Amino acid sequence: MNALPRTFAGLRASRTARVCVVLLALIVLAALVGPLVSPHDYQRADFDRILVPPGSGDAHVFGTDDLGRDLFVRTMLGTRITILVAVVASIVSLVIGVAYGALAGLAGGRVDALMMRFVDTLYALPFIFLVILLMVAFERNFLLIFVAIGAINWLDMARIVRGQTLSLKEREFVQAARLIGVSTPRILLRHIAPNLVGVVIVYLTLTIPQAILVESFLSFLGLGIQEPQTSLGALVDAGVNQMEGAAWMLLIPATLLAVILLCFNFLGDAMRDAVDVRGAR
Amino acid sequence: MARYILLRVLGAIPTLLLVIVLAFLMVHAAPGGPFDAERVLPPDIEANIARAYHLDEPLPVQLWRYLAGLVQGDLGPSYRYRDHTVAELIGSAFPLSLKLGLLAMICAVTLGVAAGTAAALRHNSLGDRLLMGFAMTGISVPVFVVAPLFVLVFAIHLDWLPAGWSGNPGAGRLVLPVLALALPQVAYIARLTRASMLEVLASDFIRTARAQGLGTAAIVRYHALKPAMLPVLSYMGPAIAAILTGSVVVEEIFGIPGLGQFFVRGALNRDYTLVLGIVIFYAALVILLNLVVDVLYGVIDPRIRQR
Amino acid sequence: MLWRMPYRRLAAVLVVLCLGACGAPEQPGPERLTLNRGLASDPESLDPHKARSTQSGEVLRDIGEGLVGYTPTGAIRPAAAAAWQVSEDGLVYTFALRPDARWSNGDPVLAEHFVFALRRLVDPATAAFYAQSIAPIVNATAITAGARPPAELGVRAPDDHTLVIELERITPYLLGLLTHPSTFPVHPGSVAEHGAAFARPGNLLSNGAYLLEAWEPGSVLRLVRNAHYWNDAATAIDAVNYHVLPQEVTELNRYRAGELHITSNVPPDSFEQVRAERPDELRIAPYLAVYYYGFNLTRPPFAGNRALRQALSMAIDREVLVEKVLGRGEAPAYSWVPPGVADYEPVRLSYADLDAAERHALAETLYREAGYGPDNPAEIELRYNTSDTQRRVALAIRDMWRNVLGVETTLINEEFQVLLANMREAEVTEVFRSSWIGDYNDAHTFLSILESGNPSNMPRYASDEYDSLMQRAASRVDPQRRRFFLEEAERVLLADHPVIPIYFYVSKHLVSPAVRGWQDNVLDYHYSQHLSLATN
Repeated sequence: MNALPRTFAGLRASRTARVCVVLLALIVLAALVGPLVSPHDYQRADFDRILVPPGSGDAHVFGTDDLGRDLFVRTMLGTRITILVAVVASIVSLVIGVAYGALAGLAGGRVDALMMRFVDTLYALPFIFLVILLMVAFERNFLLIFVAIGAINWLDMARIVRGQTLSLKEREFVQAARLIGVSTPRILLRHIAPNLVGVVIVYLTLTIPQAILVESFLSFLGLGIQEPQTSLGALVDAGVNQMEGAAWMLLIPATLLAVILLCFNFLGDAMRDAVDVRGAR
Repeated sequence: MARYILLRVLGAIPTLLLVIVLAFLMVHAAPGGPFDAERVLPPDIEANIARAYHLDEPLPVQLWRYLAGLVQGDLGPSYRYRDHTVAELIGSAFPLSLKLGLLAMICAVTLGVAAGTAAALRHNSLGDRLLMGFAMTGISVPVFVVAPLFVLVFAIHLDWLPAGWSGNPGAGRLVLPVLALALPQVAYIARLTRASMLEVLASDFIRTARAQGLGTAAIVRYHALKPAMLPVLSYMGPAIAAILTGSVVVEEIFGIPGLGQFFVRGALNRDYTLVLGIVIFYAALVILLNLVVDVLYGVIDPRIRQR
Repeated sequence: MLWRMPYRRLAAVLVVLCLGACGAPEQPGPERLTLNRGLASDPESLDPHKARSTQSGEVLRDIGEGLVGYTPTGAIRPAAAAAWQVSEDGLVYTFALRPDARWSNGDPVLAEHFVFALRRLVDPATAAFYAQSIAPIVNATAITAGARPPAELGVRAPDDHTLVIELERITPYLLGLLTHPSTFPVHPGSVAEHGAAFARPGNLLSNGAYLLEAWEPGSVLRLVRNAHYWNDAATAIDAVNYHVLPQEVTELNRYRAGELHITSNVPPDSFEQVRAERPDELRIAPYLAVYYYGFNLTRPPFAGNRALRQALSMAIDREVLVEKVLGRGEAPAYSWVPPGVADYEPVRLSYADLDAAERHALAETLYREAGYGPDNPAEIELRYNTSDTQRRVALAIRDMWRNVLGVETTLINEEFQVLLANMREAEVTEVFRSSWIGDYNDAHTFLSILESGNPSNMPRYASDEYDSLMQRAASRVDPQRRRFFLEEAERVLLADHPVIPIYFYVSKHLVSPAVRGWQDNVLDYHYSQHLSLATN
């Protein structure tokens, strides 16, 4: 049985995973539909309704922010962007990282050493500076946030995959396959790749929250998405400053952020367990 | 092994050189200079300053001047901290960042491995879910939320610990920053440990050991922990790097004069020499740490030691 | 078996390192009065000629002393000079120095130390940032340009305690200039001995009330009282710690935790709460600084488009902005020069007193005149630097422009250094946010930056009428005539709308009830030597 269908079979089997899928689907749906059905505009400031608490009967379900903008619409908009950032960035890092890591691990020796030196070099480059320069050179193009985040995260992915590949390569079943003359691409496809799926999926679920957190770190440094657009990270950052005076500005986006991260994480766990069924086969 | 390490160290030199040149070009490519301000200087004064700091020279000459200084171990004077050299600033900032980072790392590894192993042993139990739920919370809340929350609760309302750094004697001032810094790493390490521990526990040799009647504690200690630590070890380099850069937030919020804070301020102020100095120092450190991790890899799993 | 060894060793090493790291608590010191002040950033330098920021100035005013200083309320007072005389033509100032003034090593402060310092200030080799601060002195600008040797500066010391300063032109604000730390004396012997390192802790000689004991960059500057200071008997506080706290929220938290006596700022988000909880500790006072949006007058859509510029200015509800969006006591700006400037009555924008509806209607008419309308909205870019206040103001103004005129504004949030570079180059900017902080208490410090050719003239405003009025003001001895020309210049400026003055800053501090002697003033200077601490 191939790893991928097994993963999804496992998803159906796990109750937590089902709950997470439903929850994530609901959040995405709300993020897509919410701003359409709400009477409020995400950028409309209302100086007579600054910092209205949630549920004060003013049609602002989540209250308003420090400029009197509707927090529900802004949170939904932020969710859209955050999920978009995370998914795109993770796919970028997944593709680059797995290909690079598996290749390095499999090649071994001089090529591996050289490839890993390159990764070291990139690691040693200061991330924030790279981002500042990117933002400056390309006028804060939003696409660049994806690329920047993905470009950072693939390094971790490559290292993990390479470590696993190295270790797998020495395993008895791979050695045996090699001994009986199975070709390298075939070994990669039949023996290495299926065994990488587990760790890659677990790591991917770590990459999505990481990507979301990197995005919020950029917002903390003031290098995130441009106003009046927003992201959950930017909303949380704005909320932190209002922690005591207007707690909802922090609690609402922070909770949503946490729920999204938790769902991705539990989902990853469930997939991991599903993949692991192979071990007991 | 000695030859391997030597080769690795020699191999690091071109890497380092590449990093220096790249970083040099990048800092100088960023718009704005170190002496720009809202109060624009008259051209004569500006020319005098550019001359005094050699900013009027062509870029290759500046790079050459910088490299020549570097060979003699001179990182140059800081443009922003004009009474201090870059070496002095790094010398004062790094021990603090190291202290913070090490303490956070110890916290993270101890708690993370313990929690991850415990969760794996009670796979799918309530305890597993609770531990992993806790770990996820650690991952799910950004440091810039956790740190101010800590300050609000423990420093201002409960008044147990100091809110800031300067002028607070004693080790108490370390507690909140270290905890805030360690929390996400605890979570990552716990998850990595759990995932790989589950894989190891399901493998044939563990089942063989179990069939031979070994107890769980013994299995974990003598058979499972070592292979299960591989992904964690692999994560150590990135984790240390993440803590060093991640400390930017913590240092900022607690006002700790560490490397991260100097780096961000240096970058924002276009303090070329300070930024370059930290990049070089940081690059050398990361290269060294990666080497250590690779060597440890070889020690733990002799099969992948270089032949 | 193999693996246990390195782990144990590693753990042992980590524990040892950790224990070593945790130790060494700081000595709290003996019983002495210590004032803890917040400082928004490290000084660049404590060499008066390499310093630049207001933060450097704050520390330097504690450890150094110029010819004149300020009283707690912001009036000029004698400092290192006990008295002075001005010649009839207003061009020669003669200062009588205090014979009892001493450096912190006991050496007397001599007139030649001032001569040395001022020559060093304008010397091109020093590359001082504030070399232009004494530009009115004979030959100062020529020396900075490298055209004359520093020895030809119009400053001399006929004897040890007399200093004569000769001016190229009448400068009614000269005494204000001489309060600036860049004009403080420097000990020549110490510079000869230590070279560029003379300003480092341990080397730095002080002629002020305090001396620098230690400086941990990014953390704290420790000052202790200078026993050799001529007025040491009047100094109440023994030690001053300046805590470097760039984050306003961090500073506030430290104040709330009782770790600071005085903050350098109050964060906007916490303002309401602070006002409710600690009304008596909050000190808000007008400050000589204007927050403005500038237009790039060198390129479309604002070049030669006064109607559009004025429409945008009129569409801003400044009261709403300061009361609801900022709410920290800032004053709406209807003039370029802030109120409270000495010997000056700021001119007001023509529409300052209209009500919102009238003003909006007029704005719309102008907007249409400029060729825009609902079908053809103006599309403009607004650049501001990354900061919470900047963000709020930009969003609010964007909204006002959209509602009143239908303008489509794209917000571009840039890192400060990038914004500065863009403003200087004036190639991509359209509207940009900036500010100007007065260097001395005179309208000239605000009006002069918009003269054509002034390097800080970010909008690239060039008006012959304005320039000639400023020229005429500069040549007047009679304060009334001078004031008349300055006011006329401001009138021309406001009618042309090269900038939109938005609000005037206020200084914002939290001052602990234990601090005595605090006085609000427009310059926001608070010498530690004027303060004392209640002991309980």
